[in-house]
Amino acid sequence: MALFDALLELADDHLVLGHRVSEWCGHAPMLEEDLAMPNMALDVIGTARSLYDYAGKVEGAGRDEDDLAYLRGEREYRNLLLVERPNEDFAHTMLRQLYFAAFMHPYWTAALTSQDETIQGIAGKAVKEMAYHIRHAGEWVVRLGDGTEESARRMADAVQSLSIYVGELFEEGAAEGVDVLPSRAAIRDEWLATVKRVFDEAGLTFEDSKFPQTGGRSGVHGEGLGHMLAEMQSVHRAHPGATW
Amino acid sequence: MYSQGLIGADGRSEETPEFLAAFQARVDAETKIEPNDDMPEGYRRTLVRQIGQHAHSEIVGMLPEGNWITRAPSLRRKAALLAKVQDEGGHGLYLYSAAETLGVSRKQMTEELLDGRAKYSSIFNYPTLSWADIGIIGWLVDGAAIMNQIPLCRCSYGPYARAMIRVCKEESFHQRQGYEIVMKLAQGTPEQKAMVQDALNRWWWPSIMMFGPHDADSQHSDQSMAWKIKRFTNDELRQKFIDATVPQAEYLDLTLPDPDLKWNEEKGGYDHGPIDWDEFWRVVKGFGPMAKDRVKARKKAWDDGEWVREAALAHAEKRKARAQAAPMAAE
Repeated sequence: MALFDALLELADDHLVLGHRVSEWCGHAPMLEEDLAMPNMALDVIGTARSLYDYAGKVEGAGRDEDDLAYLRGEREYRNLLLVERPNEDFAHTMLRQLYFAAFMHPYWTAALTSQDETIQGIAGKAVKEMAYHIRHAGEWVVRLGDGTEESARRMADAVQSLSIYVGELFEEGAAEGVDVLPSRAAIRDEWLATVKRVFDEAGLTFEDSKFPQTGGRSGVHGEGLGHMLAEMQSVHRAHPGATW
Repeated sequence: MYSQGLIGADGRSEETPEFLAAFQARVDAETKIEPNDDMPEGYRRTLVRQIGQHAHSEIVGMLPEGNWITRAPSLRRKAALLAKVQDEGGHGLYLYSAAETLGVSRKQMTEELLDGRAKYSSIFNYPTLSWADIGIIGWLVDGAAIMNQIPLCRCSYGPYARAMIRVCKEESFHQRQGYEIVMKLAQGTPEQKAMVQDALNRWWWPSIMMFGPHDADSQHSDQSMAWKIKRFTNDELRQKFIDATVPQAEYLDLTLPDPDLKWNEEKGGYDHGPIDWDEFWRVVKGFGPMAKDRVKARKKAWDDGEWVREAALAHAEKRKARAQAAPMAAE
């Protein structure tokens, strides 16, 4: 079941991040971002769906994407703490997206040569999307870091508050020993290079946290995730067995 | 989504009779009017208001549906709703761009929306109270929008007409998507069926009000019809919509909340009961149940985003300055 667990971790990362980004829809700082953010949310929710679907098949217990997304509680969710962080402001949201995409792009690139055809297929689509997310979120990190005094302060605050969640990205988690998925630890250098390139242009400094927060992979989350899931699952759970 | 019959436009014009007659002849010959063409000031003003109202309706319309993105009951529905609300934002963007060709800026139009000078479709001042509302809005509200917008694809003003072609394709997809949500609920559990009937009861009358006042009470229709901004009257479009929708409701065994609704053989269409115009005008004048909340939400997004927009401009200026300084430094 290691593959099932590893797929679930990946799927949860994508769904939770997509949900957070989708919370902006209709409330963005400008109309262009009201189009771009749902686009990014759709990309990662789409990947989550493929991963849940595959996880359900690997498990072989008849659970589909909705059973896995809607009928597990917060202690069963296995996502990274980074992706569940609240949106806070546009600076936090864009930095969170950059951190995630800067990891997932090399991850999916490595997965293109996986021995597992389904994973290869998911990677083929996701890798293009992640390149776009790095570009879009990276450009905003630069604009905000090198914009006004206020935007630079907000961007620096975002760096400060999100850096403690970076270390968890590189933990192998349930994927330890699953040879059809790439090693997460091996991605650190490339992640750092991408983030440094953006930070240099933005006038920001990246410092690795000495005390990274972890726990997402064992279902120990921040307090926000429970609220998010309560909202997300409310209609589905109120009508057990209904189809939509 | 869509803006209802134009509210409060002033199509008066002071140009010479010869100029107006020549303009009318171009319109009558179905020649598209383009941004750099001479046009009566009243024509320009009417279009700025209409396209602006339409754009604002798309943007404000993101809020009631956006209210259910985080609670959509399946991942497929969540993705589809997110894509739909994004489409509405895209419609807003084309429409603001079309209005900009008439010499008004998006910023100016946005400010008018936020300070209450500009209107948007009052349908969005009703709350979305259950998942079924998302289906009903797609089916009825987007359905009513299509009735209004298909003729707008032939509007005399080129940029508006062209924007509407793409908008209509997407709206038609939304309408089918909405009907599919409704169909699933109508064929679902007793609770789902009750949910969708309740949503239909709440949205039916506001949807048929979307076509605007009866022709006899619609002040601006005649001039807009002559200028071919509008091709059918409010009542004609409302009738088309009702005639198309009644059989769709019957097919799903849902009841439209109008006891007077019945087929009239002689006119070849359905008769309907009296519309509560007091409610219509109350909502149009800004006293709909969600009116204050909608504008407040838009204002909050705009105000909260100000530092982001300022930063983007400041950064662009800095880049420009650096690019200009670079060759000098190299010399």
